[in-house]
Amino acid sequence: MLDSLQSLGSKALDFFQRLGRGHILLLRILAGSHTLLSRLGLVVNQIFSVGVLSLLIILVSGLFVGMVLGLQGYNTLVDFGAEESLGVVVSLSLVRELGPVVSALLFAGRAGSALTAEIGLMKATEQLSAMEMMAVDPVRRVLAPRFWAGVISMPLLAAIFSAVGVIGGYFVGVGLLGVDEGAYWSQMQAKVDLHEDIYNGVIKSIVFGVVVTWIAIFEGNDAMPTSEGVSRATTRTVVHSSLAVLGLDFILTALMFGN
Amino acid sequence: MTSRMTEIWVGIFVAAGMAALFMLAMKVSNLSTYNSGEGFDVIAHFEDASGLKVRSPVTMAGVRIGRVKDIQFDDQTFEAVVTMRLEKRHNTLPQDTSASIYTAGLLGEKYVGLEPGAGSDHCEELALEAELEGEEFNPADCKNDAGNKVLRDGSRIVLTQSSMVLEKLIGQFVSRFLSDSEVEDKK
Repeated sequence: MLDSLQSLGSKALDFFQRLGRGHILLLRILAGSHTLLSRLGLVVNQIFSVGVLSLLIILVSGLFVGMVLGLQGYNTLVDFGAEESLGVVVSLSLVRELGPVVSALLFAGRAGSALTAEIGLMKATEQLSAMEMMAVDPVRRVLAPRFWAGVISMPLLAAIFSAVGVIGGYFVGVGLLGVDEGAYWSQMQAKVDLHEDIYNGVIKSIVFGVVVTWIAIFEGNDAMPTSEGVSRATTRTVVHSSLAVLGLDFILTALMFGN
Repeated sequence: MTSRMTEIWVGIFVAAGMAALFMLAMKVSNLSTYNSGEGFDVIAHFEDASGLKVRSPVTMAGVRIGRVKDIQFDDQTFEAVVTMRLEKRHNTLPQDTSASIYTAGLLGEKYVGLEPGAGSDHCEELALEAELEGEEFNPADCKNDAGNKVLRDGSRIVLTQSSMVLEKLIGQFVSRFLSDSEVEDKK
């Protein structure tokens, strides 16, 4: 009885300690970010490895998600004789939900895991400690540029995902299934609102960018400095950030579109 | 890879992201048809405004000239008070314009259709009158005259026609049908 209580207590303490370390790390990153203004090259390099290298997977999956939406939406709408609304279906579901969420999930898998593995290995091979020995703050030099690169890249990737998806839906709907081209765009423009839909989608993707990058960097920095520890941390990054994205998406959707 | 190539790639990435956002804003959303709310408000009282929503279009001759801004309930007259924001450049609508709530298509959304009253022909009437009596027509006093009779901020559209509710129509039809058959039975 006491033993099980003790194990529960130690797990809870462990959880809250990790939570606290995570927040302290986030605060240290934010506090150390001002030095980045004079060294933007660091951020640019990281945007390359975090954002540019994720472009291909985002482009391809955005195109296919849009095409599938076009196909499925058409099959449902044609029963009601409302296939002209295909543009609305494709664009609203992409801009509001699928764009931010799916690209955040892909981002967690493609860029988040790479960040964790990189930082974890730096820690395991004691590069971070070596930096500290040389009086270089690893939070400012290594973690902060990666964090901001993730935060900047994520909304751009989500926007590219949504735009490519809308074009994919256009290919399938207008090109393959014969929906009227004018109706596809005009219905879309009539129903999609700049503030309500697109701004909120961008806000969502920024929040996801912060959360995914934060989790990835924290897991890397918090990993046990062994090969096993790094592999566990990488797995945890993908699992935790995917769960966080899906859970946060519900909360954000309820706040934004729930009334 | 040299740092120059890296920077070029990042530049391409950021530009592509911006272009995607721009495309979403311009091509997908209603920004192109959205004007920044510049306009004037007119009010109309409807007996029944069911199905009408805020931001529903306000059209004249099938062209959208404004949007519904607000829908309130007047607890004195038990009517719906619909505030419409019309675009600024449409400031020549005559005072006796009438407003009706229509449905776009069978299952489509509700919109407010405006129809110009006779006041829009006021100038032409005066011109015609002048021509008939062989007098010189002066457009200036026509403008002054009509200037008092256009819709402006805060004016109220008096002639209104409520939205059609399908159940009510069917109810009327059925009751008329029943009363007709009763009459026939008595014969």
